[in-house]
Amino acid sequence: MARIPAMPEPREVVAFLAGGLFGSGLLVSGMIDTTKVQGWLDFFGDWDPTLAFVLGGAVLPMFFVWRIAERRGVSVFGDLIPARTPPRLDGPLIWGSLLFGAGWGLAGLCPGPALASFALGGWGGALFFLAMVSGMVVTPAIRAWLFRPAVTD
Amino acid sequence: MIPTDWIWGLVGGLMIGSAAGLYLLVNGRIMGASGILGGLVDGTGRDSMVERLAFLFGVLAVPPLLVPLYRSVDTHITSNPLVIVAAGLLVGIGTRLANGCTSGHGVCGISRLAPRGLAATAFYLLGGAVTVYLFRHILGVI
Repeated sequence: MARIPAMPEPREVVAFLAGGLFGSGLLVSGMIDTTKVQGWLDFFGDWDPTLAFVLGGAVLPMFFVWRIAERRGVSVFGDLIPARTPPRLDGPLIWGSLLFGAGWGLAGLCPGPALASFALGGWGGALFFLAMVSGMVVTPAIRAWLFRPAVTD
Repeated sequence: MIPTDWIWGLVGGLMIGSAAGLYLLVNGRIMGASGILGGLVDGTGRDSMVERLAFLFGVLAVPPLLVPLYRSVDTHITSNPLVIVAAGLLVGIGTRLANGCTSGHGVCGISRLAPRGLAATAFYLLGGAVTVYLFRHILGVI
């Protein structure tokens, strides 16, 4: 069970800073604007390429970070760098991603921006968040019902 | 479609990638929004509960502090509650089934050239593009 911290641990401070920078990046990039996200997915309409710049900007530093992290093997706090998962395509990955994409297109929100805009999105944002968490609650049952044990990333 | 939007997209993207880099290099964790939240929701992330909460608190609490820098911040989310609930459920179920979303499979997976991250990204882009085409151009719902 988790303790209630009197003083935050260093890794919790870093987690807060990373979360704050992530959320700020989502706001600055325009990714909390559902019309921009739906515009990116609207390949047969008025296509908006902004998201390609966001993804490119995010992948660039991470490309070098992965090389450093995998060479070091451990994090600054001594955790093992997550191992590569076997390159296996399975039902949960394919169907899960298709379903996620459908929801992403319908409302123009994915989990990160849904969190970052929680305080900015009015009742619609709050309702989306509630529905998303509900979906996460029922997923273990759906997975057990539809699929055999899957690869964990 | 204005080039300034692209520049801010790039700047924001670099911030997102730097956040993911910080989380990986210092805490040794993959920055995936659906995984960090989902592990709290279904209990699989109980061991790292406070760290997850600290990350989520940062995502939730810091962006509103930047809002005064803007003339207006609007998420333009649809006002159709049925669409919102359906979309939220699909995003919640889909990302947990697939073990990742745009940040984990997208940003962290693509930059590692991870086959599962690349495949997931291809499939959620396909799902999103087909959905927008269907519901915007055929049905006219969104």
